Amino acid sequence: MEILLAIVIGGLFGSGIYLLLRRNPVKLVIGFALLSNAVNLLIFVCAGLTRGVPPLIPEPEIRPLAEIADPLPQALILTAIVISFAMLAFTLVLFRRTFETLGTSDLDELRTTDQ
Amino acid sequence: MRQSLILATATRYLMPMLLLLSVFLFLRGHYLPGGGFIGGLVAAATFSLHAFAYGVKRTRQILRLHPRTYVGLGLLLALGSGLVSLTTGDPFLTGQWEALQFGALGDFDLGTPLLFDLGVYLVVIGATLAILLELEGG
Amino acid sequence: MNWLLVLPILIPLLCGSCALVFRSSRLVQRSLGLGGAGALLVSALILIVEVESAGIIATQLGNWPAPFGITLVADRFSAVMILLTGIIAFSTALYSLGSIEYRREKEGYYAFFNFLLMGVCGAFLTGDIFNLYVWFEVMLMASFILMALGSERLQLEGAVKYVMLNVVGSMIFLAAIGVLYGSVGTLNMADLAVHIGELDPRLATPLAMLFLVAFGIKSAIFPLFFWLPASYHTPPVAVTALFAGLLTKVGVYSMVRVFTLLFTHDVAFTHSLLVVLGGLTMVTGVLGAVAHEEFRRILSVHIVSQIGYMIMGLGLFTVAGLAGAIIYIAHNIIVKTNLFLVSGVAYRLGGTYELAGLKNLYRIAPGLSVLFVISAFSLAGMPPLSGFWAKLFIVHAGFEAGAFLVTATALGVGLLTLFSMTKIWGKAFWPENDRGAERRRERRLRSRALLYAPMIFLTALTIAMGVLAGPVYTFSLAAAQQLMDPSQYIETVLRRGP
Repeated sequence: MEILLAIVIGGLFGSGIYLLLRRNPVKLVIGFALLSNAVNLLIFVCAGLTRGVPPLIPEPEIRPLAEIADPLPQALILTAIVISFAMLAFTLVLFRRTFETLGTSDLDELRTTDQ
Repeated sequence: MRQSLILATATRYLMPMLLLLSVFLFLRGHYLPGGGFIGGLVAAATFSLHAFAYGVKRTRQILRLHPRTYVGLGLLLALGSGLVSLTTGDPFLTGQWEALQFGALGDFDLGTPLLFDLGVYLVVIGATLAILLELEGG
Repeated sequence: MNWLLVLPILIPLLCGSCALVFRSSRLVQRSLGLGGAGALLVSALILIVEVESAGIIATQLGNWPAPFGITLVADRFSAVMILLTGIIAFSTALYSLGSIEYRREKEGYYAFFNFLLMGVCGAFLTGDIFNLYVWFEVMLMASFILMALGSERLQLEGAVKYVMLNVVGSMIFLAAIGVLYGSVGTLNMADLAVHIGELDPRLATPLAMLFLVAFGIKSAIFPLFFWLPASYHTPPVAVTALFAGLLTKVGVYSMVRVFTLLFTHDVAFTHSLLVVLGGLTMVTGVLGAVAHEEFRRILSVHIVSQIGYMIMGLGLFTVAGLAGAIIYIAHNIIVKTNLFLVSGVAYRLGGTYELAGLKNLYRIAPGLSVLFVISAFSLAGMPPLSGFWAKLFIVHAGFEAGAFLVTATALGVGLLTLFSMTKIWGKAFWPENDRGAERRRERRLRSRALLYAPMIFLTALTIAMGVLAGPVYTFSLAAAQQLMDPSQYIETVLRRGP
């Protein structure tokens, strides 16, 4: 399972970076989404996979009955998802404003501030 | 934008149920999976459904306040819930609980985490809608 | 006492949220901007006094014991960074009152100004590495909005580059945290410092490099700095001044924290690399400055060059080197912000940022010229200003550590800095016989006091840092000793109870 996910993560990173290098802002946004998913999966795999034992404790107990999945990476990923969701939404709004103001969707034409 | 009669009618019946679901999810988060974040997302989705059916302008009307105001209010609420522990000398954000007895209705623990969660609920609604309504043009 | 640690985060949060709620009143917005920054400055002063007298202080949020909960901790280094944040916040808030248009204020300028401060203070105070990531994102989100607020053509162009490269940096940071948690099993920095020794060095060094790249993008070191000169000159000058003072320094702060507390397993490799990168950063930055002919662009690439000195101080990894780096950070934050504020007034008077278009500012505004000269000479390292002492301590530490090549580079870069500062002076300020100047002088500057007060305040600070170099150095040495010997930090954080 880890091997499979490692390949998936590699693929996501690769395609995300490829898309980031394109000139079209929409592809940039998609690449960004792929990258954030890759990172989230990476956290998930790095922290160790445990299948089918959610970290929930039934009503009368006060501590888990058996070995449970580590809830911390899930909390980290949830936080990271929320943050990347906000970032993604912001970049979408930014690109729309940029398109409206500059009238171009070719990132190569955004060169005035570099010189 | 032309209105779809089917979507508009369906939305009218769906909205109360969806909002109720969002409140249910919010309150369920007290001890079980759920909470202010998911509840807020469901509520935000409901309002964006309304925006699809009736247009952004009318959605802004039924929201009454600007989405950013919801974000501000939510943050203040969350901040206030953290400040309650000032009175007992605990560190910031320490949960403070009050057991309420309602006789036949049963007992109920009321605590600052609920207040914090309500803040999260409002922030999520406000932030999501601020972005969605901006993107939907209006 | 533990509330003192939360205040630098609470005050901006409170003011920012109120600014979001009371959007309609301009007066409320403006007073929240200034009041928040002022209160932050006061709380920072109290914090630094407390840290100086009581040593490192820590609080466990929500009363969850470390390493399970989130810790806020302040040692001398954090406290001085918070103080600098307060100083810059207060100065730029004053300047904003006089320079930010109503249109931007209405869009929530002061709300995001406060949220930015919250992110910066959070990053300086947190003792948890994932929490550091979250504060970075809070800070970045607010800075994205401040950068794009107003939606001018150039601003949006700059913002696209700024946003994308910083987002990539955050991704790398997050990936590094994921791998770190997976291999060590904790996120509390003090706890990490205890357990990181168990990590296989073959994994530890690549991890250190991941953090180096992530923080390198944020702090704009060579070769990751390209977003900075492409974007910093586009937003209103108050925003640029705030960014120039604080944002890259949060990256430097994190780098110092991580490379003194966590990754000290292979100093010969990691810290030597830092020294090399520091040297290259200095050189590329200053060469860019020599090539540019526009006021704000020159200052922007100089930020990069100055970051090099700080990284070099860290890379030397001696108490003297770190002390030098801390003084350098403090000096640079104050002077760089001030220079940007000066450039804003110059723009108001001359109508352009191009050096060729700005002429005779000395005749038009002699006061401004004096402020510029003091700051510019301080940046270039002229005695007795703060920059001289900062450079002196770094260079001294460099010679002591036997890093002769990079130290020689630092000295050469200092000369080139002087050159580009005199270039600005010669082209924009130098008095000529021009009758038009007298006439232009008549043009009264709107809200003059609000623009000049922060510049005078910051100039006074750089002079004071120069005059009081002894006490400043003693403090930095003590701060550097705390960094080099993290046992007290670890003990304070991991001690059970509040």
